[in-house]
Amino acid sequence: MTAATRRPPREGLLTAPSFVWLTVLFALPTILVFAIALRNPDPDGGIGAGWTAANLGRLAGPGTAGILWRTLWISAATSLICTALAVPVGYVLARVGPRWRVRLLMLVVVPFWTSFLIRVFAWKDILHPEGPVKRLLAALGLAGPQTSLLYSAGAVVLVSVYAYLPFMILPIYAAAEKFDFRLMEAARDLGARRWRAFRTVFLPGIRRGLWTGLLFVLIPSLGSYIIPDIVGGPSNELLGNKIAQRVFVDRNLPQAGALSVVLMLAVIAPLAAALILERRKRRPGGLFR
Amino acid sequence: METETAKDERTGAGGGEAPDFLEFRGVSKRFGAVRAVENVSLEIRKGEIFSVLGPSGCGKTTMLRLAAGFERPDAGRVRLDGRDITDLPPEKRRLNTIFQSYALFPHMTVRDNIAYGLRAAKRPKAEVEAEVERMLHLIRMTDQAGKKPDLLSGGQKQRVAIARALINKPDVLLLDEPLAALDLKLRQRMLVELDLIHDEVGLTFLYVTHDQGEAMSLSDRIAVMEAGRIEQVGTPAEIYEAPRTSFVAAFIGDTNFLEGEVADAADGEHSRLRVEDFPPVVCYNDKTLGPGNSVFLSIRPEKVHISRDRPEPATLRNVFPARVEDVIYLGAMTRYWVRAGDLRIQVLRQHARYFLDEKPIRWKDDVWIWWHADDGFMLERYREKDESLIAPPPADLGEDAGGGAPDEDGGR
Ligand SMILES: Nc1ncnc2c1ncn2[C@@H]1O[C@H](COP(=O)(O)OP(=O)(O)O)[C@@H](O)[C@H]1O
Ligand SMILES: [Mg+2]
Repeated sequence: MTAATRRPPREGLLTAPSFVWLTVLFALPTILVFAIALRNPDPDGGIGAGWTAANLGRLAGPGTAGILWRTLWISAATSLICTALAVPVGYVLARVGPRWRVRLLMLVVVPFWTSFLIRVFAWKDILHPEGPVKRLLAALGLAGPQTSLLYSAGAVVLVSVYAYLPFMILPIYAAAEKFDFRLMEAARDLGARRWRAFRTVFLPGIRRGLWTGLLFVLIPSLGSYIIPDIVGGPSNELLGNKIAQRVFVDRNLPQAGALSVVLMLAVIAPLAAALILERRKRRPGGLFR
Repeated sequence: METETAKDERTGAGGGEAPDFLEFRGVSKRFGAVRAVENVSLEIRKGEIFSVLGPSGCGKTTMLRLAAGFERPDAGRVRLDGRDITDLPPEKRRLNTIFQSYALFPHMTVRDNIAYGLRAAKRPKAEVEAEVERMLHLIRMTDQAGKKPDLLSGGQKQRVAIARALINKPDVLLLDEPLAALDLKLRQRMLVELDLIHDEVGLTFLYVTHDQGEAMSLSDRIAVMEAGRIEQVGTPAEIYEAPRTSFVAAFIGDTNFLEGEVADAADGEHSRLRVEDFPPVVCYNDKTLGPGNSVFLSIRPEKVHISRDRPEPATLRNVFPARVEDVIYLGAMTRYWVRAGDLRIQVLRQHARYFLDEKPIRWKDDVWIWWHADDGFMLERYREKDESLIAPPPADLGEDAGGGAPDEDGGR
């Protein structure tokens, strides 16, 4: 009765390309990173001989925990803010007429025509102590002379939200565009106010888009190092910065590998837990039914 | 005296009516240049099944959306139970809708779908559960309660949609072509089921459909709608027997149209009409049209009699010689198209003893047709394009038509 038993024999052939793709570009690199993390460093910046757990052991200090925590909360905050902004945008995009839709979608996509690096640098000017935002806030009495917009965790979140928002908007829009808005009318008809209809019918209706967007934003922000480097300053380094330093400054690839492993586990563990929970909920019979 | 009561029934002057409950007063709604609903006034009575019947695109769904609160009228008011609800949002109106597409929430189980209204109203959990069980029982789907809508058949979805709407105990249930997506058999069963549910819960139904059969069999009263306007409101019998416009006459069932001019009075209630290339026609005249007024008549095909023998002349009987041009044997009936004078007239005849009939009517036969003066109806409004709604005679029938009736040597 399960779908698996009825699969046509050709399915193996059909899925082969994506299987190869995933193996070569995803599984192998992941295994390599794990392997490198367990090798001795080579003084020339390469990978030395022999296996060791010392790289992982060296991470056990409080410094790693602090930076891991900061990476996680900044990424989580970025993802949440992106979601909160992208859902209404996706909703509007799906509801407006086709002409407006094209124009608004252009607005979402057009920043990509400028280099990512340049756009992040532009924020440095915007948030600069002599920059327009600071002056405006000061004029309004909202910021004192020593308030710093730049080089703060807030600046990292702000610029990350700016940079990753399109990756949240597009999948949410794609889901909202397929959403049957008559369901919202049905909810209203049954007595739900706007907000309740939105929460109980629209959001579950676009949940695939939400999950996709969340992954698209969460994963790059977890590994991000350019944004914290440019607008975060030394006190707001994230794991990504540490990894970059190990690679480019210390030329210690195994140590960088160990950090990556920590990051990966930090991401994969909660995802796997969420996935298992979701499955449990779907099938009351349990995981292995 | 007897004719008096008959006329009363025809014009719908009955007594003992329930008070108006859902009212549209001069309601209009436009979408850009499209006049979806144009100055509609309707009164729907408490407890009745009221249908809006009309072709696709005539504005039926818009009427329901105006009642439900999804559209605001450009002009006019909507009232429910004496209260003006025109400006209330949908969630504040005690009306619930069965949507054309059911609009079941796909991510919720049947049970959660049905519970939605009560949960939105923040009713106590125990009450919600009890009511949902009651509803599941009513629609006989207790054993399917945990399923998602995707796994249900069309009829089951339909029943869930009904339960989901009924659980809120609305004042009026709005149904937008609820049976259109079902196959014929299921449609007939659901029709009976809807009627039973109506009896059981005693709700007011506002039922929208393009299917005259549905409307006729289900409704207490029908409003026939065309291009945003109401053409006629009445009981199914009134609508069918006494159509007031050419649209109603042609859209509901089949009919023959005759164009003429009042010549003189035949008696107190009847007038003689002059029809071009045709002998004078006697017709009931309730419109007090005087000589010289031009009129359009509608005569239902089944009201026209046909025979090879000349009928006895009688007062108020219109008798004409004609020639058979097409014959279609339909089993229970035979449909004839005959040429009388310059007119092509459709005749529907039920068979009593087909094989025993001494002289079956064939193609090219000379016959007599006749109808009673009271079976013709003067139309208040006639539009030529409405004639296209009448089933046309098949173009390619020709000579075979006579053979549509079984030959004597064929059957036995
Ligand atoms: N939201 C809308 N925007 C533009 N035109 C509409 C809209 N809703 C309905 N119409 C138009 O109004 C007319 C009546 O539509 P509708 O009420 O859906 O008819 P029905 O339900 O009788 O088929 C149609 O011509 C339709 O195209
Ligand atoms: Mg419709």
